[in-house]
Amino acid sequence: MTFAGWLTIVLFVGMLSALAFPLGTYMAKVYSGERVFLTPVFGWPERFIYKLLRVDSRREQDWKAYARSLLIFSLAGWLLLYLVLRTQDAFFVPHSVNPQGFESAPWNVTFNTVSSFVTNTNWQFYSGETTMSYLSQMIGLTVQNWLSAGVGIVVAVALVRGIVSRSGKSLGNFWQDIVRTILYVLAPISIIGAIVLVSQGVIANFSNYLTVHTVTGLTQTIAMGPTASQLSIKMLGTNGGGFFNVNSAHPFENPTGFTNFFEMLLVLIIPAALVFMFGRMTGNRRQGYAIYGTMMLMFLGAVVVAYVAEAHGSPAQHAAGLHTHAIAGSTGGNLEGKEQRFGIAGSALFDVVTTVTSCGAVNSAIESFTGIGGAVPFANLSASEVIFGGVGTGLYSILLYVLLAVFIGGLMVGRTPEWLGKKLEAREIKLAGLGILITPLAALFATALAVATKGGRASISELGKGPQGFSESFYAYLSQANNNGSAFAGYTGFIQPNAGNAGSHGVTFADVLGGLVMLFARYGPILFALAVAGALAGKRITPVGLGTMRTDNPTFAVLLIGVVILVGALTFFPALLLGPVVQGLTGHLY
Amino acid sequence: MRRDVVTSAIAIVVFTVLLGLVYPLLITGVSQVAFPGNANGQKVYANGKLVGSKIIGQSFKSPVLEKNGKPKEAEGELVTEANARYFQSRPSATEGGEYNAAASAFSNRGPNDKVTKEDDEANIKEYLELNRPYDPGLTAAQIPVDAVNTSGSNLDPEISQANAWIQGHRIAAKRGLSLGAVNALIATYTDSRGLGFSGERGVNVLELNLALDRLGGGAH
Repeated sequence: MTFAGWLTIVLFVGMLSALAFPLGTYMAKVYSGERVFLTPVFGWPERFIYKLLRVDSRREQDWKAYARSLLIFSLAGWLLLYLVLRTQDAFFVPHSVNPQGFESAPWNVTFNTVSSFVTNTNWQFYSGETTMSYLSQMIGLTVQNWLSAGVGIVVAVALVRGIVSRSGKSLGNFWQDIVRTILYVLAPISIIGAIVLVSQGVIANFSNYLTVHTVTGLTQTIAMGPTASQLSIKMLGTNGGGFFNVNSAHPFENPTGFTNFFEMLLVLIIPAALVFMFGRMTGNRRQGYAIYGTMMLMFLGAVVVAYVAEAHGSPAQHAAGLHTHAIAGSTGGNLEGKEQRFGIAGSALFDVVTTVTSCGAVNSAIESFTGIGGAVPFANLSASEVIFGGVGTGLYSILLYVLLAVFIGGLMVGRTPEWLGKKLEAREIKLAGLGILITPLAALFATALAVATKGGRASISELGKGPQGFSESFYAYLSQANNNGSAFAGYTGFIQPNAGNAGSHGVTFADVLGGLVMLFARYGPILFALAVAGALAGKRITPVGLGTMRTDNPTFAVLLIGVVILVGALTFFPALLLGPVVQGLTGHLY
Repeated sequence: MRRDVVTSAIAIVVFTVLLGLVYPLLITGVSQVAFPGNANGQKVYANGKLVGSKIIGQSFKSPVLEKNGKPKEAEGELVTEANARYFQSRPSATEGGEYNAAASAFSNRGPNDKVTKEDDEANIKEYLELNRPYDPGLTAAQIPVDAVNTSGSNLDPEISQANAWIQGHRIAAKRGLSLGAVNALIATYTDSRGLGFSGERGVNVLELNLALDRLGGGAH
């Protein structure tokens, strides 16, 4: 561990908070229909899009209408993306947008990929530079990077509206929310982010892959492509699907220590800002601070554990005779699967940033993390993406936990639970409970199926022996159920003997199971969150009394952490024991 | 319901044009004008020939030749050995030979895996065989981890300074340079941390090796 490493962590937290706060205020204004400084720029295109879409943006929708628009829009995106990916090599596609002449991937891999990008998961069985044409990356995957992020955010906004509304059943208008999210929130940051990234060395071109002849007489082919545009929204929208196979470990996606820091900020900025937005929209900013504090505490805990564990080194390194402490000119640690320019701290922090959110981008091989270091992403996923979480998904998930915490707290003090002036009754708690339980249910059920059947075990990598093989499988379905997308990348669902998909085939079991898990665990919680919003929307607000349990102070933050850990730990602990915990406790090699 | 279907169909087309065509073309266009070097991958030329990208690592091994002068192959891949006149990059586990930048890949070696240990041992052995003749006191315990562990992308363009300093003994001897001159060159091509604190310092292997070639010295 180094001073610079700890400094990076401290400065990251400071800078994130400093940037997220004003963005949260800005977003609250955008979603309340107030004028913001970008209104003169985007007001006209906004109205033009409504005209094209032929929607009346002032038409209010109750939760059912809102959900219906959202689901049908997502379905349309699913179908178009499937069509784009399956016609990658069709006769009408010009050669210049598919310069390497890649064929389409088989149906099962495509089913998984499409479900993955539409649900903001960005789980990737394929590898970008050997599977996808430039056109597929642009009009297929990049578009869903935007839209899936937008869908997540609008659900959170709708839930907050339901919580604070004083009358009526309206949650706003889905079309207005998604258009505003794209124009006012995602577009400005994404465009600036992409240009900053190129200025540091990320590529942006439509060239053929380069062939170079090295000074020692070897030949190297270097993949190219329009990377920056997709990279920027991939981070900002907590999507995480790499343009290249190794994602943000690839020097073209993450060339320097600075870009590493910048990309981490892009990932967390919106999830963090949404919490402040919530505080402002409830009219009591302290509500936001309490949740922000809760998240930050769990976040820092995860970072410290990951950093310390990775700096210590792995049993395999020690058995081979390597010394892993820091020496002059090298920081030591478990550098297997990590890049020199990020080092241990930059890799551990990035890993936590992308697994607490539903981002799932990686800048190092999670499968090569030490047992305890690898248990951190497991734990983050087990907490169901509520430590900041994905854009939107994080906020609406933690708000369901807040409902549960208020209910439990109410039971403990023996009063009718009340939150922000609204009485919580059986209906809301049932809906919130179901919303919380869908993700663990999907993850555990799919993992059990995958390790108990021959079809599922076919996906475990050659190296995945003993507990590592279980960890691989478990992580795969945990990640897909949480719409995260990071992987113990040895787990395969796509056999590709040659670049360009000729002669390739998918592993139907893993592809289809994974795809279904992602869809189920995305739209299930969304529907429950919207239903909760609908149930709360019509309730009368009663004034705060002496007996009201406060939800804006540290006591409540502790209660909330307890509920998150209890639900996460109780649900996942037995499974975690079989994989990462075994590996962390033993020096035995398998 | 029907209205939602129509709106969704129009919306997905509008957004695809806006976000899938206009946006990437805008970013790529601006990048090509404002940062053409970066946007096209920071190509590096030596004597007018394209020899690589500054930020994509490459192998500095040479093909092993058969007696008839043809490059030796095993299982369809070139057989290579470290070229002692050049600084060696980190080990790489890409398919189809080391540093295959057309198919980046993680090695996915687990922390408790016998294979990881065996690979580490093989890399330690190779490193010692290559460098100990020029740095007699060198032991396994002194080898920096980056010289033995594969990287995330397996395309890491950098090595640690400690790794470069050890290899510097060999380079100085092979090229008839003083150790001081080699270390000065290492310092020249050592990148600083991002913003002064983010990440770790590393030595760009391609740039360093090309600088050595420009210095000349020593016979091939």
